[in-house]
Amino acid sequence: MVMSAERETAIGASVAPAVTTEPILKVSNIESYYGPIMAIRGVSLEVPRGSIVTVLGANGAGKTTILKTISGVLDPLKGTVEFEGKQIQRLDPDRIVRLGLGHVPEGREVFPFLTVRENLMMGAYIRSDRAGIAEDLERIYGYFPRLKERLDQPAGHLSGGEQQMLAISRALMNRPRLLLLDEPSLGLSPILVKEIFAIIRRVNVEEGVAMLLVEQNARMALETAHHGYVLEVGRIVMADTCERLRESKDIQEFYLGARDDGARGERRWKRKKTWR
Amino acid sequence: MLDFLQQLVSGLALGCIYGLIALGFVLIYKATEVINFAQGDLMMLGGFVAYTYITIIGLNYWLGFLLAVLTMGIVGMTVERFVVRPILGYPLFSIIMVTIGLGFLLRSLAGMIWGTDDLKIEAPFSQGVLRIGDLVLAYDKLSVIVATVILIAVLYLFFNRTRLGTAMRATSENMLAAYYMGIPVKRVVSLVWAISAMVAGVAGVLLAPITFVHSNVGLVLGLKAFPAAVLGGFGSIPGALVGGLIIGVVETLAGFYLPQGWKDVAPYLILLLVLLLRPEGLFGALGRKKV
Repeated sequence: MVMSAERETAIGASVAPAVTTEPILKVSNIESYYGPIMAIRGVSLEVPRGSIVTVLGANGAGKTTILKTISGVLDPLKGTVEFEGKQIQRLDPDRIVRLGLGHVPEGREVFPFLTVRENLMMGAYIRSDRAGIAEDLERIYGYFPRLKERLDQPAGHLSGGEQQMLAISRALMNRPRLLLLDEPSLGLSPILVKEIFAIIRRVNVEEGVAMLLVEQNARMALETAHHGYVLEVGRIVMADTCERLRESKDIQEFYLGARDDGARGERRWKRKKTWR
Repeated sequence: MLDFLQQLVSGLALGCIYGLIALGFVLIYKATEVINFAQGDLMMLGGFVAYTYITIIGLNYWLGFLLAVLTMGIVGMTVERFVVRPILGYPLFSIIMVTIGLGFLLRSLAGMIWGTDDLKIEAPFSQGVLRIGDLVLAYDKLSVIVATVILIAVLYLFFNRTRLGTAMRATSENMLAAYYMGIPVKRVVSLVWAISAMVAGVAGVLLAPITFVHSNVGLVLGLKAFPAAVLGGFGSIPGALVGGLIIGVVETLAGFYLPQGWKDVAPYLILLLVLLLRPEGLFGALGRKKV
């Protein structure tokens, strides 16, 4: 199933999804360290304007590190991050946010003692157009009616799902053109995961916000995104459209949990990964 | 009864000073998880700066007061930028040692610049007393209480009603998330230090007419304001004020009613008792920070 053409893309550099315009985000060969440990080893990826791109990978593969490097929390030792053609890898995170890049961090990270309303207003911190902010608040209540009922409660009192809704809404209050989503399904019930992903798709379609989605829930991610990258121990090992990735035997075995029964009906313990 | 009321007012005035210093501890701790042991010395410095403006240069008391507080704001930002920011990320122990060292430095500098004599600032209300029936209350002590109430109200409005104040609370709750909101975290932290130093400066200027301005005044008061902050539950702003008031009142009443020596022990006995019964402090449970 895996052909040599795919193997080439697996090695890494340019995957070039079928777009003619310049991608909104272009990450080239970044290497980032946590202290002495190299967490990502020369990762390159692109997010075309208006599309959803996902990065799949196991725990510790470096998914969150990629997002943190893009949003400026970590500075890469090597490589470049280009947002709308501008190199941003050395900027402070608050400067990067001002350029139009939103980040929904892993574990939601809402401000627990601030009310829901205050959390949303903090999302709009860099804006000063009151009318526009009020308009965006209404738009967000449209996506998440539940938040409207809880405006004056401390965010720490919300359920996990509501906090995730708040985290996404808070990032949207900046009117970002690119949204980084780190594990939006973390710790949520399957129904809530469906709900959240439906909204993510809606935001993408209705507002044209490009998204870089990092997920452990590979099934959900592959259904939502247009393009996908597979990350293993800090390296991109596969890149393709999500449709093709879904059909790949490797992805089915290792990320979607499909069973591959052996000749005598016994499960072969480990399929050999074709990218090794 | 009259004695008691008068002692109570004195105690509250002293407690306000403790509370203001403790407030500085708490603001900085919440925003940066640094415990600034030089907080009392910043208060001392505020007194000296006000002395310079009012007595040496001869400015009007209120103008001198205002300038001293603004100067302290600049001092606070400078300390943050050049002393604290470079060592952030190192173990808490190192940071605490640095702030203790900073306290020594400020005390020595103050001694070198202003000498070691007791200095006094004359405030417009230094001498007067308020008589209510037989009750005699000194204006200088009342002024401390009134000024503290006003300052707290201003701070409350600032933190709850303004965008910058809310951003400061957000930053102290979750610095990383604050970055993701586009809040200029470094500038906000710098402003928190400015506010803490300004609050300490206000305390220093208010205290000046009551006690003397002396380079060691901050050490003594700072050491008592720290238990005030702990008593209130480190990390809680109302807790810092209530803790300060309790320590101030207990200390003053103990000094009046109990044999000599109890004055300095009593506040710590209360602190021990509270910590035994409520280890998180009086207001601690409300303010647990997610790290």
